[in-house]
Amino acid sequence: MENEADLSGALAESAKAHMTTKDVRELTKRLMLRQVKLSLAVTSVFVVILLGLPLLNVFAKDAMATNIGGISLTWWILGVLFYPLTWALSQWFVHGSEKIEADIVREEIGR
Amino acid sequence: MIPFIFVVLVIVATVWLGIYTTRQKGSTADFFVAGRSVSVFWNASAISGEYLSAASFMGIAALVMKNGYDALWYPVGYAAGYLFLLLFIAGPLRRFGAYTIPDFAEGRFNSPAFRKIAVSFVLFIGFFYTMPQMKGAGVTMSAILGWPYFLGILIVGSVITFNVAVGGMKGITVVQAFQYWVKVFAISAPIFVLMAVFGGYTQPINKALTEPKGIPSLQDGPVKIKGKAAAPNNALNFPASTPMLMTFDTDVKFTKIGAARVAKEGEKFSDVFQYVLLVDSQCGSSKPLTELSATERLHFTKGQVIMVRPLAGMIKGDDGSVKPGNVGVKFEFDEPGTVHFSNANVGPTPSPNAPANGKWVAPFGPLTSKHGFPLLYTYSLIIALVCGTAGLPHILVRFYTNPDGKSAKRTTLWVMVMLGAFYVFTPIWGSLGREIIPGLYASNLTDVVVIKLPTMLQNKLLGEILSGVTSAGAFAAFMSTFSGLLVSMSGAFAHDIYGRILKPGASPETRLVAFKVAAVLVGAVSMGLGLLIESFDIAMMVGWAFAIGAASYFPLLLLGSWWRGLTATGAAVGMLGGGLTSLAAIVTSMLLDKKVLDFPVTPLVRSLIEQPAIWGVPLSILLMVGVSLATKKQVPDDIDTKMLRLHAPEALGVSKDYIEG
Repeated sequence: MENEADLSGALAESAKAHMTTKDVRELTKRLMLRQVKLSLAVTSVFVVILLGLPLLNVFAKDAMATNIGGISLTWWILGVLFYPLTWALSQWFVHGSEKIEADIVREEIGR
Repeated sequence: MIPFIFVVLVIVATVWLGIYTTRQKGSTADFFVAGRSVSVFWNASAISGEYLSAASFMGIAALVMKNGYDALWYPVGYAAGYLFLLLFIAGPLRRFGAYTIPDFAEGRFNSPAFRKIAVSFVLFIGFFYTMPQMKGAGVTMSAILGWPYFLGILIVGSVITFNVAVGGMKGITVVQAFQYWVKVFAISAPIFVLMAVFGGYTQPINKALTEPKGIPSLQDGPVKIKGKAAAPNNALNFPASTPMLMTFDTDVKFTKIGAARVAKEGEKFSDVFQYVLLVDSQCGSSKPLTELSATERLHFTKGQVIMVRPLAGMIKGDDGSVKPGNVGVKFEFDEPGTVHFSNANVGPTPSPNAPANGKWVAPFGPLTSKHGFPLLYTYSLIIALVCGTAGLPHILVRFYTNPDGKSAKRTTLWVMVMLGAFYVFTPIWGSLGREIIPGLYASNLTDVVVIKLPTMLQNKLLGEILSGVTSAGAFAAFMSTFSGLLVSMSGAFAHDIYGRILKPGASPETRLVAFKVAAVLVGAVSMGLGLLIESFDIAMMVGWAFAIGAASYFPLLLLGSWWRGLTATGAAVGMLGGGLTSLAAIVTSMLLDKKVLDFPVTPLVRSLIEQPAIWGVPLSILLMVGVSLATKKQVPDDIDTKMLRLHAPEALGVSKDYIEG
């Protein structure tokens, strides 16, 4: 990882000198598109759960009130399980995002 | 005395760490953003330490105790806000490489004018967020030592102002990291001891699930009630299930007596309050009076005892049918007074103000359904918390202390783990508090549940020690959040107002002096404001800051990082439009609560002004998009370079800090 960064830094110096406005725009678009796709994928999973839970509390009231070991299902979800869920989603994003950046760097250097 | 020793220890450690770490300080960049060289672990500890404020440490436990399930959204929203920060803002914000949000505002749009608007929001949100920290310090010291309210504020305020003025950002990074670990220990370790003695997390919840009509029962003892200055916390709501005896330990005057809740559609309550005077101190004998009715101000004198019957009325059941039934009586105190209660029938005394088990443990309880639109209220609350976190200036400035965009993202991941590890404990305090000290409901003092709960242990010494641990945690919370706010507000004065607007050519040295002067001034103003807001709820004030942040900074950063078409005029109109209307709505709602304003509003409007995020955030975004499209010419010529700089990995070599340090 460290080597790759050094290498790309050196190569980027030459790449930057030859970059035109069009190149910049194209690179920016490609980069942002990939990043935003990942962000939106993670967001959609999270938003479905975040906004879905109140709906379940309305429409599946009895199921959500099921007593599991002294605590209701919906309390388990909101009071306990939500935290590991946010950890898993951020892990997904951070890994995905680092991979996108590594790919972009490789593509740019390879040109 | 023992809790006091713990508080002193945490204050001394804070001052010592602050001085110790500043010894090795260097450049101006060190002072403002800790040289952008803080490691992921320490920066994550510092961000978490800064974020976990009085609202998190004391407020959430209090809200869970008071409102049950619905309050679980608070810690979840506080933590989930970071996910949105991570997904859309953390990386780009660091890669832009500015010192402060106003730097971003100016640099992104090439607009010095927009900087001024952005600065005013730093100060605005900052002061709103400072006030509840100050109140937390004041009430904690009066809870553990009986000190007057102002003393806790003066101590916390001066210690932190000193630390910030001496050490700047670098001085407080280590302090805040240390304070995260103090807080996580203080919220977790004592609760294991308490659960071992009083029963686990499941016990109060299971009880609430199996006896939905039950209400926690109160041990006999005097309860202090606040006066109308603390409205709406001067109310005493009696249960509908049983008549109650109320003994007056002081003279008491009521401003209002009426039904404990607003009538739903189809319901009707008697407006005649009936009570029986059982003991009359003036006559010196027990003289039962026949029913006496009154709806106006009532005086009672010390020593009198009355029996209060629930109001009769037509009540809507869970199945929707309206039947004859009862509703509890609500008393509102004029001046602070002391009373005690017991059940007039045989049986335990249900605690006044405590929601019934079924309402407490199930979704859509007293918090979200108070105006009759529980789902709307829930969604609006979620939006405010999630978007508001991503709009807090003192949190955002921390992302600049990361070495690069990649570590900014990794830091956020760690922050979420650290916050989750803290927040998962907070509802346990609220649940046990409901079971063990229901007296806090009657006195409207649930805010101090984390301080008071350990003192209920049979072993008084252990109780004092554990209460000391939580008091130290609470102090760590006020101090770390206040220091973060002070750094970002002083930074706004020194760096943005003095260094950019008043004296653009100021040398790094004079800006450093300006920072120190600003820190002392902002610290003094914060303490002054803290003294004025004793009667406001901690969680409520934090709610203001969140709602304003959600409708101003969050849309600015989201669109500013991802949409090249956003213009300075568009962003400014959106921030002002969304932020100021949200603020106006919340202040109106608060004044209605306090009865300073008194005009009829429909329940739907009432819900929407109390939780404005559901319209405030979209309004701000729409204004930004609409006005930007109309002012397309203002899009900077070098927008592609700017966008690339916001998003390009450092390894590409196109990154360049907006301010090189």
